[in-house]
Amino acid sequence: MHRRTLLAAGGLAAPLVMQHAALGADPIKVVGIHDASGGLDIYGKPMIACLDFAVEEINAAGGLIGRPLAVTNYDPQSNIQLYTQFATQAATKDKAAVVHAGITSASREAIRPVLKRYNTLYFYNTQYEGGVCDRNAFCTGSTPAQNVSRLVPHVMKKWGKKVYILAADYNYGQITSKWVTKFTRENGGEVVGLDFFPLDVTNFGPAIQKIQAAKPDIVMSVLVGGAHISFYRQWAAAGMKSRIPMVSTTLGGGNESLVLSPEEGDGIICAFSYFQEVDTPANKAFLAKFKAKLGASTPYLGGELAMRSYVGVNLWAEGVRRAKSIDRMKVIEALESGVSFAGPPGLTTLDPKTHHTTVDVFIAEVKNKGFQVLETFPQSPPSDTQSVCDLQKEPNASKQVVVDIKT
Amino acid sequence: MDAILATGIQALTGIASLLLVSLGLAIVFGMMRVINLAHGEFLMLGAYSAILAVEAGVNLWVAMLVVAPVCVGLLGAVVERLVIRRLYGRMVDTMLATWGLSLALIGAVTMAFGNSVAGFSAPLGSVQIGAYSTSGYGLFLIGATVVLLLAVWMVLRFTPVGLIARGTMQNAGMAAALGVPTERVYALSFAAGAAVSGLAGALMAPFSGVVPTMGTAYIAKCFITVITGGAAMLAGTATAAGLLGSVNTIGTFAFTPVLGEVLMLGVAIVLLRLLPQGITGRFFRRAL
Amino acid sequence: MERRRAAFQSGLAVFAAAVAAWWLPQVLELFSIINATVYTAMAVLALSLALVWGFGGILCFGQAAFFGLGGYAYAVGALNVGDTTWAIPIALLVPTLAAAALGYVMFYGRISDVYMGVITLTVTLILFNFINSTAGEEWRIGAAPLGGFNGIPATPPLNVPGDPGTPLTPEQIFVVALACLAGCYVLCKLILRSHFGRVVVAIRENELRASLLGYDVRLYKLGIFTIGGAMAGLAGMLFANCVFVSPTMFSLAYSGQIIIWVMIGGVGTLFGPVVGAMLLQALTAWAGTLPDINPNLILGLVLVVAVLAIPRGLQPTLAGLLRRREAP
Repeated sequence: MHRRTLLAAGGLAAPLVMQHAALGADPIKVVGIHDASGGLDIYGKPMIACLDFAVEEINAAGGLIGRPLAVTNYDPQSNIQLYTQFATQAATKDKAAVVHAGITSASREAIRPVLKRYNTLYFYNTQYEGGVCDRNAFCTGSTPAQNVSRLVPHVMKKWGKKVYILAADYNYGQITSKWVTKFTRENGGEVVGLDFFPLDVTNFGPAIQKIQAAKPDIVMSVLVGGAHISFYRQWAAAGMKSRIPMVSTTLGGGNESLVLSPEEGDGIICAFSYFQEVDTPANKAFLAKFKAKLGASTPYLGGELAMRSYVGVNLWAEGVRRAKSIDRMKVIEALESGVSFAGPPGLTTLDPKTHHTTVDVFIAEVKNKGFQVLETFPQSPPSDTQSVCDLQKEPNASKQVVVDIKT
Repeated sequence: MDAILATGIQALTGIASLLLVSLGLAIVFGMMRVINLAHGEFLMLGAYSAILAVEAGVNLWVAMLVVAPVCVGLLGAVVERLVIRRLYGRMVDTMLATWGLSLALIGAVTMAFGNSVAGFSAPLGSVQIGAYSTSGYGLFLIGATVVLLLAVWMVLRFTPVGLIARGTMQNAGMAAALGVPTERVYALSFAAGAAVSGLAGALMAPFSGVVPTMGTAYIAKCFITVITGGAAMLAGTATAAGLLGSVNTIGTFAFTPVLGEVLMLGVAIVLLRLLPQGITGRFFRRAL
Repeated sequence: MERRRAAFQSGLAVFAAAVAAWWLPQVLELFSIINATVYTAMAVLALSLALVWGFGGILCFGQAAFFGLGGYAYAVGALNVGDTTWAIPIALLVPTLAAAALGYVMFYGRISDVYMGVITLTVTLILFNFINSTAGEEWRIGAAPLGGFNGIPATPPLNVPGDPGTPLTPEQIFVVALACLAGCYVLCKLILRSHFGRVVVAIRENELRASLLGYDVRLYKLGIFTIGGAMAGLAGMLFANCVFVSPTMFSLAYSGQIIIWVMIGGVGTLFGPVVGAMLLQALTAWAGTLPDINPNLILGLVLVVAVLAIPRGLQPTLAGLLRRREAP
């Protein structure tokens, strides 16, 4: 309800240049573009809830630089082409101060050039494969050097050296599988198989048999989305779950752990920069407030995707406070002065050189439709992107660098 | 040895699932020359009704084998009455109307249940074949498909209803002249086809993700299988599913899942180029 | 009489396009201009199937294949040659050749009816699967990575001919799209008035009779199918200019939509499908903004009702109503 009234209030957005004191009470436009329907809504809905919650908190505390925030959420319906259309709308029609948008890497690469072209600040708030080097874009989620680098040695120590990778067939899966390969080799292991699956594949029978023939010690799943859930199901049905342990870079990003029964899910190990089960006072306080606000419709937050949206909004807000303006360049410069936010997942610090974040990373195990945190790695830097990107040196970069991994 | 056996079982599972999901469409197309593009959504509704029944406390097997076909069969009867009946003989119009129906059903189910449902896991545990372990439910699926195919064949071949159905299929005008109520035969065929689709959807549910759009993943494959099979609905669909299913599985094993799919589609094109009336336009012409 | 009417309609179409090109950029904001360009590209696509299906009698389930090929050929060409003007002939050539090859296989193989529908659909699915699986870096043509599921988000827009450094503004691209639409409409009218076009229609009416009169039915069908493919490719090129290319261009949903536009507009008409495409896209966009109702439900119901209530399509139905009123 609150959101609707704000929306109405935001109807008369003034051009950003006209920020006279007289217009001080005009709301600042924040646009969110996340899938609230279609196959990706399992990720999108909690992200939207967290984005709205962060904005409401800021408004309840008096807004930013004396102005309230007004959120507009667009639903691209899991359709990449709608992402570009809504991004264009956010930049040219709504004249948004910031756009928090995108779930899959495909959607990010669709909107990033649009927002760059129309000079609109962009925040991408999920874990992804790393390497985006663009002064207009801030990526607040964790990247392979932060999660995969911890996950692989953790499970190799536990179970063995032979890894079989199953990955979703698009840029996230392709690049992440390279990282998995790199970290496996560095830890003295061996990749005994690598298969890619388009996002609509539901029959994993042949794949399960191939895995059995390869006899790996560990199965690494980089699978994404609703259709790929059937892999975990068929894996358990074939009786493989008790024989070969499974690790995933993606499971738990949405509600996968809720959809799977304990027999199918329990024991799968994942790494993210947040889990709802993280046991800190800050997180408990956040969850209590979140639940009080949303009541029965409180979504399960799972891994980091939704939480990073909350952190992303707060980091941006800190940038605006420091800049005392919503002018794009001023906010970027303020954010590059070393902004950090201590929130439910611990301390998040923006890295000025890469526009990525230094975060705490957690390794956890699926247990009874939730997670149990096993190990914590405080303050991990985004070293993968740091090795290929320096926005201080090349401020005009607008690219995604694929880290060259010798495979 | 066990590797060959396990691969063979995978291929059989692939063929059986293709045949299972195509059978409902084949019945409707074979009997009425109607291409039901809402077929995929009938599968989807079968899966949903089974899941809802299980959640309501119905036994898993009853939910899959009884509740799903009954629900979807009834829906089929309603659809026939409201839409299909008005469009007999207009193949393209029927396709478009059923396409619309398919969109509407996806929309309605999404509104009612959201985009993801918990679903249920496969019963029957796992079976050991040498060094390989495979799901017992996959084997059940193969058996169930064979039984279903035989059942449909026996109904058509040996019962009075089957005789009337075959007569209507071969020459509707003549059948009508002999006093067969062809309208009712068509209505019944459509409902029966829908019921078989519902059953198939429920049987596939434990294996695949159950989402409102799951039908779209199947419809093109079913369509291609049935048309490649040609006029004889059972023999044609079975041979086409056998051929396409094994090509798909072998391609998947030898290369990648995508290449398996592409190879299968390529074979379908070559087949249609060589046999423009489908497989049963040339072979098994007198089969059912 | 017939000739004068066709000339009048063509003139009217060009005039309407010119007025739209002059007036709309002045009143619409950027977002709406880009949307209007998408609508226009889709109208060209609808026109291509209107020609092939409505006049050639060939129900193609794979018109999206040529649409996608046109878009991808443009994107790959534009990324490689630099001056995007040269990508236009590439974007026309690739789908034309593909349509000619597919048409040759089908028409010279005497495949007809629903079997043709399945072959065109299958080809589209193969392309969809193939493009979808090109996410790896090894899949690139020259300077253009194919990008798999992502498509090619960095598709460069058209530039001022001969000056690669100056891309056209969205307004200018809108004008180009309108010119393409008007041009295609006039081209269709011209084709239908030519000897070739009359034979094509004769074949639609009665294939056996046309071939007994000595016409090579296969050749004429191949001809109209290829022209339709080229036109769909042009639509893909325009679409790539205002959105970007991705495998969804080859999807079943697109192929289906095109058929729906033509069906709603009226099979056997040209203007109807153009209107049908615009109307249904507007309907889809509007349905997407409704808070609690799923857009698929509305679209689906509209389609079912349309097939039952106005089976001949909008243009013939409306024309019939008008004529009845004029008659005493």
